[in-house]
Amino acid sequence: MSRFAPISSSTLTPSPDYPLGHSDQVDYEFRSTAGLTEHTVRQISTFKNEPPWMLNIRLSALAEFNHMPTPKWGGDLSRIDFAKIHYYLKPSQQSVGDWDKVDSRIKKTFDKIGVPQAEREMLAGVKAQFDSEVIYSSLKSFLAKKGVIFLGMDEGLRQYPDLVRQYFGKLVPSADNKLAALNTAVWSGGSFVYIPPNTQVDLPLQAYFRINSPAAGQFERTLIIAEEGSRVHYVEGCSAPAYSDGSLHAAVVEIFVKKGATVQYTTVQNWYKNVYNLVTKRARVEEEGHMRWVDGNLGSRLTMKYPSCFLTGRKATGETLSLALAGSHQHQDTGAKMYHLAPETSSQILAKSVSFAGGRTSYRGMVQINPAAAGCRSKVVCDALILDPRSRSDTYPTNKVLNSTSTVEHEAIVSRVGEDQLFYLMSRGLTEHQSETLIVNGFLSPIIKQIPLEYAVEMNRLVDLEMEGSVG
Amino acid sequence: MSLIISHLTVQVESKILLSNISFELKKGETVGLMGPNGSGKSSLALTLMGHPRYQITSGGIYLDRKDISKLPPDQRAKLGLFLGFQNPSALPGVNVRQLITSTHKSALSIKRQAQKLAKNLFLEQESTNRSLNLDFSGGEKKKMEVLQMDLLNPRYAILDEIDSGLDLDALRLISSSIKKSSAGILVITHYPRLLKLLSPNRILILKSGTIVKFASSDIISQLEKSGYSHI
Repeated sequence: MSRFAPISSSTLTPSPDYPLGHSDQVDYEFRSTAGLTEHTVRQISTFKNEPPWMLNIRLSALAEFNHMPTPKWGGDLSRIDFAKIHYYLKPSQQSVGDWDKVDSRIKKTFDKIGVPQAEREMLAGVKAQFDSEVIYSSLKSFLAKKGVIFLGMDEGLRQYPDLVRQYFGKLVPSADNKLAALNTAVWSGGSFVYIPPNTQVDLPLQAYFRINSPAAGQFERTLIIAEEGSRVHYVEGCSAPAYSDGSLHAAVVEIFVKKGATVQYTTVQNWYKNVYNLVTKRARVEEEGHMRWVDGNLGSRLTMKYPSCFLTGRKATGETLSLALAGSHQHQDTGAKMYHLAPETSSQILAKSVSFAGGRTSYRGMVQINPAAAGCRSKVVCDALILDPRSRSDTYPTNKVLNSTSTVEHEAIVSRVGEDQLFYLMSRGLTEHQSETLIVNGFLSPIIKQIPLEYAVEMNRLVDLEMEGSVG
Repeated sequence: MSLIISHLTVQVESKILLSNISFELKKGETVGLMGPNGSGKSSLALTLMGHPRYQITSGGIYLDRKDISKLPPDQRAKLGLFLGFQNPSALPGVNVRQLITSTHKSALSIKRQAQKLAKNLFLEQESTNRSLNLDFSGGEKKKMEVLQMDLLNPRYAILDEIDSGLDLDALRLISSSIKKSSAGILVITHYPRLLKLLSPNRILILKSGTIVKFASSDIISQLEKSGYSHI
């Protein structure tokens, strides 16, 4: 779209050198054969030494998965071949709590994506997920003293089976949708977080996820329980290296926000461009509780993700800040859902999206205020920035207000980067690429400000990398 | 050391807007550019800076002997050309420091400098942290253009109606700021007041896309009396 440089004859090709596209050689102790059968599911459960009830949950989810049709209402899922996916990989490295004991090749991978630096600085604890197994975990002692549990989901199930059983699948039942059923059948990894009553965790809990094998599905399962009056901020970062085969990421996140508790869940995500990222994220918010999703969607071929809040207690609040960036051959179908089930609950959705180089963003959202939920308020702002005529943005909002004392405000703005705006920046010495990047970062800044600093810096860098090569 | 415009003819969508424009702007001197509405003053400013809409069909622009007429705007800026915009674009989420820092490494010195310049121009300190030109008053926008000129320290600056919408005090402030610059300055204006404050070396009169007169600054009072019709 370069309007300022002399026209060159070279055609636009995607950067062959994807900056995070390194694939390191790692030994896997076990790699399930491709495809999903009852045998695979039983094998996963056996490997993990799970209690029989979890195996049963997995098996019934498998049956549901097999029955349910692939959703047709969102992005194009027709190219996913569920039979070609490896559903479980176990690296030959057990979960360890000490960084020094981590395999040097695995460390090298983490070095490239910057985990150790983040760790040294201000982490409260790191769960770094390497494919399907948590191989590195550390938990600062002060958190443990407070009774905070921050474990890999597999370890959480081993150590706290009763707690897990009480909450697992209660918010996202396996029959909720086909991908949730799939996740429930084959889940592996993810985080288990428990915050005791009236406990404040001041530093963010951080996890770093990564897919590192061709056609490796990653099906992590995260469960966060924030007891009454507690407070926690959980951050997940995602990055996947380059592969030619399609990869599938189908995660499920369930969050229980008890009375007066506050939870923020921040995602900074950069999947490689062949990944299908289909995630179900849901929170239940009780009386005067507050839930905030900050959801950054970069990379992937297709992302379908609509973090939701079920506001079940009086004066509960839910908030989603969502950011999506779609370039060439990418579709970000994202948004949020807010269900007001109790009186005087309020919600806010701010969805900002950028499409460029033929990319497509869609906002898909739902606000429902039930008849008994009197005096509720909701505000939805969808803000789309389109960089060139080849790119596209759509909005699919659904608002249902089922009583007369509640209000929903909806605002949708589509803006284009104008020639005059670019010219203004370039007259100050910025190249066309620098100008576009600065405009995009400025546009996204209200959301990036809500992300912890080290991730915000990475986010800006990722936006910059994503947009490289978009100027032809 | 000068900016030389040589036999410049410019068109937009096959309509000729400027024809055979030639003049020289020496480093350190100030030249006034006046002319009736629609005479092509802003077109000339945008052409010199390299706006893609304005096509040069003949002639050249030489900055210290280098032909810049085929360079994109950012490269012209890097060679020391600056344009103070008549209608600067709003940049949501981007403040003036971020804008200047993206091409100049030291964020800290830019911050200090910007704050000092803002103070000199009677701009609120907060204005260097706000989204540039977004919900700025007319005066704030113009002052912010002058502030950017000071930060970038160009060799040649074109100031397009930098005085429009300014009150008398603001006018005095920006003109004293402009006078401190060592750049060669082309001032586009409708009003004698700014020119009197800047005391330009020469005045150019543009009519219907052509320079019709090179004059000394004495012409200003004549224009005040009888307008452009006699020129």
